[in-house]
Amino acid sequence: MSTLEIKDLHVQVQTEDGPKEILKGVTLTIKDGETHAIMGPNGSGKSTLAYSIAGHPRYEITGGTVTLDGEDVLAMSVDERARAGLFLAMQYPVEVPGVSVANFLRTAKTAIDGEAPKLRTWVKDVNAVLDRMNLDPTFSQRSVNEGFSGGEKKRHEIAQLDLLDPKVAILDETDSGLDIDALKVVSDGVNRFRERDGKGVLLITHYTRILRYIKPDHVHVFVAGRVAESGGPELAEELEANGYERFLTAAV
Amino acid sequence: MTVTETAASAVRSALETDHIESHLNPPASYGLADHPVPTGREEVWRFTPIKRLRGILDGEASAATLKRETTLPEGVTLSAISAEEAVALGELAPNERPAALAAANADGALLLDIPAETVLAEPVVIRLTGATVDDLVWSRLIYRVGAHAEVTVVLVHEGSARYSAISTFLVGDGAKVNVLSLQDWADDAVHLGRDAIRVGRDASVKHTSISFGGDLVRMHANVEYAGPGGEAELLGLYFADEGQHLEHRLFADHNAPKTKSHVLYKGALQGKGAHTVWIGNVLIRKVAEGIETYEENRNLVLTDGCQADSVPNLEIETGEIEGAGHASATARFDDEQLFYLRSRGVSEKEAQRLVVHGFFNDLIRKVDIPMVEEKLLATVEAELAKNVLKDELA
Ligand SMILES: Nc1ncnc2c1ncn2[C@@H]1O[C@H](COP(=O)(O)OP(=O)(O)O)[C@@H](O)[C@H]1O
Ligand SMILES: [Mg+2]
Repeated sequence: MSTLEIKDLHVQVQTEDGPKEILKGVTLTIKDGETHAIMGPNGSGKSTLAYSIAGHPRYEITGGTVTLDGEDVLAMSVDERARAGLFLAMQYPVEVPGVSVANFLRTAKTAIDGEAPKLRTWVKDVNAVLDRMNLDPTFSQRSVNEGFSGGEKKRHEIAQLDLLDPKVAILDETDSGLDIDALKVVSDGVNRFRERDGKGVLLITHYTRILRYIKPDHVHVFVAGRVAESGGPELAEELEANGYERFLTAAV
Repeated sequence: MTVTETAASAVRSALETDHIESHLNPPASYGLADHPVPTGREEVWRFTPIKRLRGILDGEASAATLKRETTLPEGVTLSAISAEEAVALGELAPNERPAALAAANADGALLLDIPAETVLAEPVVIRLTGATVDDLVWSRLIYRVGAHAEVTVVLVHEGSARYSAISTFLVGDGAKVNVLSLQDWADDAVHLGRDAIRVGRDASVKHTSISFGGDLVRMHANVEYAGPGGEAELLGLYFADEGQHLEHRLFADHNAPKTKSHVLYKGALQGKGAHTVWIGNVLIRKVAEGIETYEENRNLVLTDGCQADSVPNLEIETGEIEGAGHASATARFDDEQLFYLRSRGVSEKEAQRLVVHGFFNDLIRKVDIPMVEEKLLATVEAELAKNVLKDELA
């Protein structure tokens, strides 16, 4: 069971010219086992939504609520949110020099589970996941995201999704900048996650391409800090054919 | 990492360039008159809290010594020699008052002798322990490494003392030397150390200075070359706590062609009044064509109330060089790094711990002395426990 409920979320950031409101009342419910796609043009506030749910300190919540299975997510610290079952695959994963992927994954797994994973099965699990993500076994000895290609960074995010096994995954443009092979590998990873019981996915994307591989239950068009229209997969097809034009003019 | 101090460093570096004659290449001399008692306003002393030297600069005679335990692999000898013999061996003369006082006041010198072509599987270990900060100890050491020898020397300082030492490393042609000096003193110790290295033709030297303990530690690592083809790697790691002053001064004197120097010092600071100083001087003389030099200092400031001074300084007298550069940055924890780690469930403290270990990791690996590596990781961990991880352990 896992339900992520976002109600009338308002978010601002501090800029040189004072506070700037970016999210202007976002309402969205991801129920048990559902995959929702959020599609929107650049600058519409998609990453802001993702970061706000994950608790990035730069984004200030000025109104609204976010709950995970009824628990107040906004009252939790960043790491508490992750331990409660939220996962954010970042659009721009961050380099952590000197910290190996192996150490990072083990530390994260231990934090999420509240106990260290069994050494023997863990090493096998990690290697299997890296292999499925088409990442070399020596990958685990590299420093987190340091010198990774764009594709490696995204595949590493999905490897974490697989190993950390959250309740709800938010994927922020995981498809951007991937060639077709990497896109398939990443989509397979996400689909394997979706096959598990009751997992929710919020798939943020700029392009319709990834929706050929990951079939959403619901599609939301995101414009100027709010959901402009919601529908089924057919909405993605309309976007593929006509682009965002209709929604942009409506928003002005 | 957010760079917060680059501008300040750039200003200081510009200031220091005006005084090149006075400190980049200070005249070496055994004469005490050539090294007057500093007031603290001198370029080379302005970062150092002179009062906390506890009278070392007065140069009182003292017969106190540090307890010495040694591990000397076969073929290596340690013996007492006279001051005259030290000079005759080619000791590198003092370039500042504490070193000159050490030469004048030490009772002769100690010679660690490693014959030519000795290849050691195990390191030479010299463990020096001070009894109390009331002891004023003068010391003079010569390390002579014969041609084509391959050795690792580990020098450990523990306990407490007011300790002033002048050390010279004479590295023979084609030798490979890895030297590590660990300052693991008790809280009240004062240590003024001058290490000077003469790198033989085609020899390579790695010198690592690691400072954790002591109230005030001020170390020089100077390098010069006896011929072309020599390489020096100067590494350093320091962790300054509340009230500690840790100062590292480097000088790579490229006085021969086709020589190399690579400097990497990394430090962390935590607690009120923690102060670190890193001065990286590089001089490329006219004769030194085709040389390569790079120096880098990075500081990670873990809490408020700390100060990291970092002054790289490159003086180039020839245009014919392979490469020369420097970098200096002082930063706080990077919010994006911490957010990334915490978004994976890792607590804030644990995330900070990972980042600090990561920060030092490449350096600890470069040190390349297995017997020391674990000790360094453990000490970094113990230092973190004092502050960053304190609440978690309480
Ligand atoms: N930290 C910030 N400071 C100022 N403006 C920001 C900040 N973060 C986002 N914005 C602005 O908010 C809007 C939405 O950005 P973002 O959420 O990244 O959009 P998207 O992910 O849809 O491309 C943009 O206009 C962007 O410039
Ligand atoms: Mg975005």
